[in-house]
Amino acid sequence: MDAPYAIEMLNITKKFPGIIANDNITLQLRKGEIHALLGENGAGKSTLMSVLFGLYQPEEGQIKKDGKVVDIKNPNDANALGIGMVHQHFKLVECFTVLDNIILGVETTKNGILQKDEARKKVLALSEKYGLAVNPDAIIEDITVGMQQRTEILKMLYRDNEILIFDEPTAVLTPQEIDELMAIMKNLAAEGKSILFISHKLNEIMEVADRVSVLRKGKYIGTVDVEGTTKEDLSRMMVGRDVDFVVQKQPRTPGEEILKVENLTVASKIHKNNAVKNVSFNVRKGEIVCIAGIDGNGQTELVYALSGLEPAAGGKISLLGKDITNTSIRDRSVMGMSHIPEDRHKHGLVLDYSLEYNMVLQRYFEPEFTKNGFLDKPAIRKYAERLIEEYDVRSGQGPITRARSMSGGNQQKAIVAREIDKEPELLIAVQPTRGLDVGAIENIHRQLVAQRDKDKAVLLVSLELEEVMSVPDRILVMYEGEIVGELDPKTTTVEELGLYMAGAKRQ
Amino acid sequence: MRKLLKNEGFESFIASIICIILGLIIGYVVLLAIKPAGASKAIVAVIKNFMYYPSGAAKIKYFGNTLVKTAPLLMCSLSILFAYKVGLFNIGASGQFTVGTCAALYLALGANMPWYVCLISAMVAGALLAAITGILKSYCNVNEVISCIMLNWISLYATNMILTKVKESTSPYTLVVANTNPKAILPSLGLGKLFSNNPYVTIAIPLSIILAIVIWVLLEKTTLGYELRATGNNKNAAKYAGMNEKRNIILTMVIAGALSGLGGAFLYLSGFEQWQCTQSSVPGMGFNGIAASFLGGLSPIGSIFSSYFIQHVTAGGAYVDKTLYCSQISDLISSVIIYLCGFVGFLKLVLKKAAEKKEGGETK
Ligand SMILES: Nc1ncnc2c1ncn2[C@@H]1O[C@H](COP(=O)(O)OP(=O)(O)OP(=O)(O)O)[C@@H](O)[C@H]1O
Ligand SMILES: [Mg+2]
Repeated sequence: MDAPYAIEMLNITKKFPGIIANDNITLQLRKGEIHALLGENGAGKSTLMSVLFGLYQPEEGQIKKDGKVVDIKNPNDANALGIGMVHQHFKLVECFTVLDNIILGVETTKNGILQKDEARKKVLALSEKYGLAVNPDAIIEDITVGMQQRTEILKMLYRDNEILIFDEPTAVLTPQEIDELMAIMKNLAAEGKSILFISHKLNEIMEVADRVSVLRKGKYIGTVDVEGTTKEDLSRMMVGRDVDFVVQKQPRTPGEEILKVENLTVASKIHKNNAVKNVSFNVRKGEIVCIAGIDGNGQTELVYALSGLEPAAGGKISLLGKDITNTSIRDRSVMGMSHIPEDRHKHGLVLDYSLEYNMVLQRYFEPEFTKNGFLDKPAIRKYAERLIEEYDVRSGQGPITRARSMSGGNQQKAIVAREIDKEPELLIAVQPTRGLDVGAIENIHRQLVAQRDKDKAVLLVSLELEEVMSVPDRILVMYEGEIVGELDPKTTTVEELGLYMAGAKRQ
Repeated sequence: MRKLLKNEGFESFIASIICIILGLIIGYVVLLAIKPAGASKAIVAVIKNFMYYPSGAAKIKYFGNTLVKTAPLLMCSLSILFAYKVGLFNIGASGQFTVGTCAALYLALGANMPWYVCLISAMVAGALLAAITGILKSYCNVNEVISCIMLNWISLYATNMILTKVKESTSPYTLVVANTNPKAILPSLGLGKLFSNNPYVTIAIPLSIILAIVIWVLLEKTTLGYELRATGNNKNAAKYAGMNEKRNIILTMVIAGALSGLGGAFLYLSGFEQWQCTQSSVPGMGFNGIAASFLGGLSPIGSIFSSYFIQHVTAGGAYVDKTLYCSQISDLISSVIIYLCGFVGFLKLVLKKAAEKKEGGETK
């Protein structure tokens, strides 16, 4: 016998200007099941979940909990019904500590005074139990995206919610953390909690979910049992065509050095030790070099120093033979450096600007887009339209869409389009496929390889083992701020890579 | 119709109108509470302002007076709005206005300079003062609100001290510019004639409107505006994009300061008022400018109208019957109305919600 439905979303329709984000969608979640939601970027997954969480009011349709119609007007209503959500883009207070963020809104007080000790104990117990390592006293803006995500998950567990919505929780987690999260989700489901789980990673869905519902362009395509389906079936259902999972690339001999890093040291914001210690490497024309490693081992700081967002504490960085250690960000960009940032909302986009304005974020001052100090709006429009077309950036209103209203994956696609289209000599791509659907990932990987084949240098930073193994020509593994090994993806194995990443092995 | 409702400019407009009406109603209620008998007459006087006069010529002349004071208010409002778009709260408009006044009047009365020298110096003085705030903000991370407030007081007392040198010997007021140095009075270019020979109507009025349009163009159309607004919206992204955040913050304050400084010169070089060298509070212009910029929907063009409105009710307050109400009533009523103007943002939100609901209902 199948378990009864915990949540039923019936015939939900939600419209935004220029687009029907959810078009008559029905989704039924059984008690104790893990139900995956799959769909291309912009298919309407986050919107549907936001409707359930009370962030949006649907134009049509109703929601039932345990068979009874409920009216969820805002997240407080949702919380009262035991519905919790981890958002695709975290909703944390940047200047608060991890602990404060977790207890925010449900603080225990005694005579008006915060009782944090108990909360701290509970948080630490949860974090121990589920292996969600966080430092309760760290300030959110200082910690890695991965730890912020763990904070979000703890926030939900802390509230003892029974319907748990995970909107792409694994997009920013390391493979180890993902395995752990999968285990947690299974535990939670076994404890009777019902889970809605959005992910673009078919492997995860195959591993953890009981059933999958597929959306495409706002429409409901169908629900299947995971047992008895395959990755290929799912991706066909989702994209409407066959997807090539293997990265195609021809062997190439790399040319001269484009980026040279010598004994680079970067200070850490979180602890007294340096985040990057005495690192040296190079990237040459026509090769893709990948920095692999578990999140928080200095990759972020390394990229900050390379791009100029943070100063180097020591060492030397050269681009095309010129010392750029102390060069401004603008000059590095003009010299031919592109940077797909790790955090798309913090660095990558001006969310309240239109998509077209975001498309020229580093180039607005070039003669192509500026005439006598005035923006050449028709030129910007034309340029944006071309990128939108070429990179398949989907949104409600095209170039004039506010970046804030775009789906996460499409925001990412816009950034990738902008950075690659700059035709840089060196492309620094930090997790460029984070949050993208399989079709879009295939496209981005192709673009990276195309850059390499055009004799450009690509520095890829990735946490994704599959990506690390398939895209680059060389792998550099970072562990605790040092490069502990250089591997050839053709000859190495995932197991060996894992040993380096865990610090168990070094060259 | 629905499309119109969704249009942001229109939304701001409606919100502003509602605020104005609410402000008038509450003002009326206050008057009723104080003395019911004269309330209706009083609120009508506030709204009528210069229409109070029976003769057409007088109406036009006093309309001119309201405009004379609208120009400086508009400058302060532009200053605040400009900084706000770049993410800075320029509560120092008042101080910048004061030092602008100081520079203009001192050069006019003490150094016998022509009006254009005075005007430019006022601009520079305001800009320099604001630059201090900008530099402190970008290099020492000092909150601009705090440093602005401090500088407001410093400017006030410094100005009082300096202008004492050019004050009338028997009163605390500065010398009359028109008598002491007529060439420091802003030219009228015949505008005064249009307003029944109002001697205070000068090029300040059209200049302020032109500057509003310039600021609009600067923000919306130029590369600099693009960069400044990006910095205001997301300074991390601006930094990532290679924009010079520190320079932008300072530049923004400099422009904002220049605008407020000009405001001071616009008022005092029209000869409409004399500076009182014993005054112990910073001019209200700088604060009314905050209300004007919000009431104007944070648009430079909107500010033209909102500044006029605020000045209109402020001036109108003077016509309230002082035998029925105490003399502060005019300020009280206009400040209640101005206060309500601050609610524009909130009302906009309410309107948006309402529009969304309505739309949901229609599709059903
Ligand atoms: N607040 C909003 N205002 C206007 N349009 C919106 C808003 N939120 C979402 N949209 C639009 O609705 C569509 C669906 O967005 P949604 O975020 O639900 O996609 P998604 O399936 O979660 O995609 P992704 O995998 O990229 O996160 C997108 O085209 C997006 O542009
Ligand atoms: Mg989403």
